[in-house]
Amino acid sequence: MSLLEIEKLSLTIGDTPILRDVELAVAPGEVMGLVGESGSGKSITALTVMRLLPWAARASGRVVFDGIDILAASEDQMCALRGDDIGMVFQEPMTALNPVKTIGEQVAEGIRWHTRASRADAEDRARKMLDRVGLPAAQFPLSRYPHELSGGQRQRVVIAIACALKPKLLIADEPTTALDVVLQAQILDLLRDLVSENRMGLLLISHDLAVVTEMAERITILRHGEVMEAGDTARTLSEQLHPYTRQLAQASMHVPARARTNEVGQDNPMLQAKPLLQVESVTRDYPGRRKSLLKRAVPTRAVDDVSFSIDPGQSVALVGRSGCGKSTLARMVLALDGPTSGTIRFRGEVITDKSEAELKPARRDMQVVFQDPYGSFDPRQKVEKLVAEPLHVLDKRPTNAERREMVAKALHEVGLGPRDMDKYPHEFSGGQRQRLSIARAIITRPKLVVADEPVSALDVSIRAQILDLFAELNQKLGVAYLFITHDLTVARAITDQVMIMHAGKIVERGRTSAVLDHPQSEAAKALVAAAPDLHRAIARRLQEQG
Amino acid sequence: MTAYLLKRLAIALITLVLASMVVFAVLEIIPGDPARLMLGMNASADQVELLRNQMGLNAPLAARYLHWAGGLLSLDFGRSYTYSVPVIDLVRERIVVSLPLALIALALSTIIAIPVGLFSVGRHGRAGDTIAMGAAQLGVAVPNFWFALMLIYLFAVWLRLVPAGGFPGWSAGVWPALKSLVLPAIALALPQAAILARVTRSALIEVLNEDYIRTARAKGLPYRAVLWRHALRNAMIPVLTILGLQFAFLLAGTIIIENVFYLPGLGRLVFQAITQRDLIVVESVVMLLVAAVIAVNLLVDLSYAVVDPRLRSRQ
Repeated sequence: MSLLEIEKLSLTIGDTPILRDVELAVAPGEVMGLVGESGSGKSITALTVMRLLPWAARASGRVVFDGIDILAASEDQMCALRGDDIGMVFQEPMTALNPVKTIGEQVAEGIRWHTRASRADAEDRARKMLDRVGLPAAQFPLSRYPHELSGGQRQRVVIAIACALKPKLLIADEPTTALDVVLQAQILDLLRDLVSENRMGLLLISHDLAVVTEMAERITILRHGEVMEAGDTARTLSEQLHPYTRQLAQASMHVPARARTNEVGQDNPMLQAKPLLQVESVTRDYPGRRKSLLKRAVPTRAVDDVSFSIDPGQSVALVGRSGCGKSTLARMVLALDGPTSGTIRFRGEVITDKSEAELKPARRDMQVVFQDPYGSFDPRQKVEKLVAEPLHVLDKRPTNAERREMVAKALHEVGLGPRDMDKYPHEFSGGQRQRLSIARAIITRPKLVVADEPVSALDVSIRAQILDLFAELNQKLGVAYLFITHDLTVARAITDQVMIMHAGKIVERGRTSAVLDHPQSEAAKALVAAAPDLHRAIARRLQEQG
Repeated sequence: MTAYLLKRLAIALITLVLASMVVFAVLEIIPGDPARLMLGMNASADQVELLRNQMGLNAPLAARYLHWAGGLLSLDFGRSYTYSVPVIDLVRERIVVSLPLALIALALSTIIAIPVGLFSVGRHGRAGDTIAMGAAQLGVAVPNFWFALMLIYLFAVWLRLVPAGGFPGWSAGVWPALKSLVLPAIALALPQAAILARVTRSALIEVLNEDYIRTARAKGLPYRAVLWRHALRNAMIPVLTILGLQFAFLLAGTIIIENVFYLPGLGRLVFQAITQRDLIVVESVVMLLVAAVIAVNLLVDLSYAVVDPRLRSRQ
């Protein structure tokens, strides 16, 4: 007997079909993985079960939860189900909690609402639940506000809210996507424990096949609102009978072909040349919070005595957990922020403490690609202007014709056509937009590109293409990369060297494969152990099943 | 929290000092000699000079500023040129009309606006919303003196519930005094309420799109409970900002309404003082209003901190 049964669910928003004949079932105590790329209808399926759909959505078919017909239920019936029998956890923990209410109020609210418990009783239960999700009373009293908590801690609060009344079904929509791998592993462990404690059904939505494989016994693969394949996770992913399943699995494990990998100390004369970037004992302090008016604030050390160098054409990954200082370090490398002490040399010249005018030649040779391909373009400007933006650092201003030619060339290099020049950013998909940001980065022929989580917002198949593009440009243009990421698969796919950063320090550096296969430092070991790996996960599942 | 408080307080004091300098300087620059005005056109140059000396108008600028500012601190605003009475007495007479009027109008506008905003959001995009926001649009567009005239016609002339104008003074009893403030307060409050309702609505709509609203819905709270418990408090920041600005306006920007209702308020005092070049009165009342605005803004800043815990823990 299934806990949740979805039969022939179709849904339209306005005239746009979103879901077609979706079938899905979750049994008590079972983890069902729902996988698909963005826009495949995963979240809408979840919101249908909660009946929290947008106004214009029209659903047909059958959704039965514990004997209740969800699509026909009254709003009052749904309110009684939500938060009591069905809990839901969302993707973005940073914004999922009300900023003006304490965590205690927010966990206790649902308890009071459903059980009519007194405030004291509800707070008592909220306290126990917060303890259960790993937020002990000593550090996390009920009176804490969300902004005082980190992303991982906030996600624990959201889980506490969702599981406070021991729901029969928990829907988790990309619960770990915004978190680093170590936090991800912790949150997944917590979810797994809650499932086995209460025989709770878990509908786990993710775009990450490795995560789903580790967690779910059965898997449903969605594409364009239709179920492509469904069944036992290990069998589905090892046999890969359906072409789309194969495509997804291969894209998840994709490693770009790189003909030449740069090893430090090789007999390549070009590599024996001076390093492109030298970072020498760089430290960055941020003013801390003043505890009292009389005491001086203790500064926070974001980057602590870091030294490293990057050779021309070398691809280096900077890996670490969120908050370890990697973005601060990247900002200093890009001369967007100055170190508190230490120097950074680029092409042999010191770039710290220089005026913008003095930095101009250096700026030409270093560019940046950001994480979010949606937020990094002005929506009112055409591609030609957007991609040509860095050209102002050239000594000689190019004429309009020259400019168009340079933009066309850059677009060609990233696999877009010259006609795309006159379009606006919204006319492109996420992957194409990331191509645009790469075109913008390479138009000045830089020697170094700093890429801050450049593929973490992209779907697996698009991400494979973008990784290929990065690899290709590295070969063709000889551009060096500093890849900032918390995703070890990305580091493994595209970099020669990896630096592991922890608490402001670089704790380990070496050949990417060596470090990731045999990590030495505690921080590196933790990252490697926590990183989901599709091969490993499938093998483990097959082994368990015998 | 203390740091936030002290910082806001310091900013308020600095603003007050700068504002006093500006007010003083502007009135110095405007042409027109108060001594000449007091003595009339026929006075001789000697007489004018004598009076200027008596009034201290010939002292150096800095000395006069310090004298004036020092007086302000001890509530000694000087003597009115035209009425020849201490300015403080004039102000005291008027403020007992203007302050209650402003407060009643502010309360009314809040009481009308926030429920209308909530109502509108609850029916977002439907007929109720359209009607409420249409009314609000009308409220913003129609000048308040027209409302005033309509109110007088309806309640004073036709229904004879309240006086059409004038102020009996608080000595005549609280009820008669309040009665004469009711219509002007409504006339003042309606356009303000219209603006505030629109701000409340748009702030709520923005908040309702936040992720934490979805979290609250997923807890099983009905829409209405989510609106009251989660959305309203988060939408308060823009509403408080507008409320602060409105109070400043209600205290001083009421010249027209005071004229329509024959109310002896601050607005009329300033208006008369300006036409009569009674600069000392203008200076004093303007400074008083500046102080009131700064005080209200300080209050608004502090209420932000009450509403939003993130501001409390920030420096």
